[in-house]
Amino acid sequence: MAGESPAEYIQHHLTNLTYGKLPAGFERNGTELQEATWTMAQSAEEARAMGFMAFHVDTLFMSALTGIIFLVLFRIVARNATSDQPGKLQNLVEMVVEFTQDLVKNTFHGRNPMIGPIALTVFVWVFLQNSLKLIPVDYIPALTSAMGIEYTKIVPTTDPNATFGMAIGVFLMVLYYSIKVKGVGGFTKELTFSPFNHWSLSWFNLILETVGLLTKPFSLALRLFGNMYAGEVIFILIALLPFWAQWALQVPWLIFHILVVTLQAFIFMVLTIVYLSMAHEEH
Amino acid sequence: MNINLTMIGQTIGFFIFIAFCVKYVWPPLVQAMQDRQKKIADGLAASDRANQDLELAQQRATQELREARDEAATIVEKANKRANQIVEEAKTEAREQGDRLLAQARDEIEQERQQARDALRAEVATLAIAGAEKILESSVDAKAHSEMLDKLSAEL
Repeated sequence: MAGESPAEYIQHHLTNLTYGKLPAGFERNGTELQEATWTMAQSAEEARAMGFMAFHVDTLFMSALTGIIFLVLFRIVARNATSDQPGKLQNLVEMVVEFTQDLVKNTFHGRNPMIGPIALTVFVWVFLQNSLKLIPVDYIPALTSAMGIEYTKIVPTTDPNATFGMAIGVFLMVLYYSIKVKGVGGFTKELTFSPFNHWSLSWFNLILETVGLLTKPFSLALRLFGNMYAGEVIFILIALLPFWAQWALQVPWLIFHILVVTLQAFIFMVLTIVYLSMAHEEH
Repeated sequence: MNINLTMIGQTIGFFIFIAFCVKYVWPPLVQAMQDRQKKIADGLAASDRANQDLELAQQRATQELREARDEAATIVEKANKRANQIVEEAKTEAREQGDRLLAQARDEIEQERQQARDALRAEVATLAIAGAEKILESSVDAKAHSEMLDKLSAEL
């Protein structure tokens, strides 16, 4: 990126393509907006000014794309699945399915046929989103900027919105299954009567358990986001080196990230299973 | 790095993907895998059974072979015994026949000797009478001396 300072380059690479509502009174290109308008943000400041009422188009697009790739691929295999000798693709898919199935069997002790597909979706989807990171950092942004799109950040899991979005999904499932398995009364009792089984301490228990409950999605989202974001920043920093020196750092970091990408997807899945398992267990 | 509606969009996407996976992806795959497991288990069981059958068949074959051999041995033994018996019987019969023939021959010889002796005796008596006649130069009354002549021929 010629003509940019390193700080601008990094900033540019870490800015999402944002579509949102600019508030009234925002000064844009020297003129003040009369009323709130939905528009594409042209700078990081505008994106910030949009506040909560905005979408990261690149994040949503890439996560939807990876999700659809996953489902289409697996659906094709599932539709043609044969119990005779499987093909290469079916073999690969079955390997993944069996891997998650075994993990669920070992980790989840309740009886719920939904946990398997949930774990599979989480694992493969997160894995695909993470693995977008293995595409060199400048390829896609250069392509999209040639097409007139200013900002593109292709790895959804380096966007806290994406990781929090998934973590919230897991959290909602935890709440749903907690209430479904234990009933509203049972769940309330769990929140108020443990760890100290005495009515006078129920307020304290409630605070403690609520914090514990809320910690789950937070840790889930932040772990994935932190790992992916840090890795991405390093990739961008490496990309600032002269082109003939980049490979020396990029290759080891990339190889390392093949591990990280898989590992983080795996951890996200395992924690999802564990949280759902805890939701099914009576204390 | 702003938190915004993207988060909710991602959550919605998450649930849609899970729902699709639960409904259309997971069941056929797991079903196929289970079917294959069952097939393999069945195949292994069948091969076990076939092995067992083979072993049994081999055992039966060995046993039948042994029985057949025993039977053959018995038959041969019996045949040998029978042959011996026949030979023995034949020998006995031959011996008896021989004995019988011998006895018959002896009888005949005896008989013929008796006859010869009788004839000779008669001859001798005649000769003696003729001799005596010659000696005495007179005829001998055969009737008067027959008693003496019989005594004489009996002494011969």
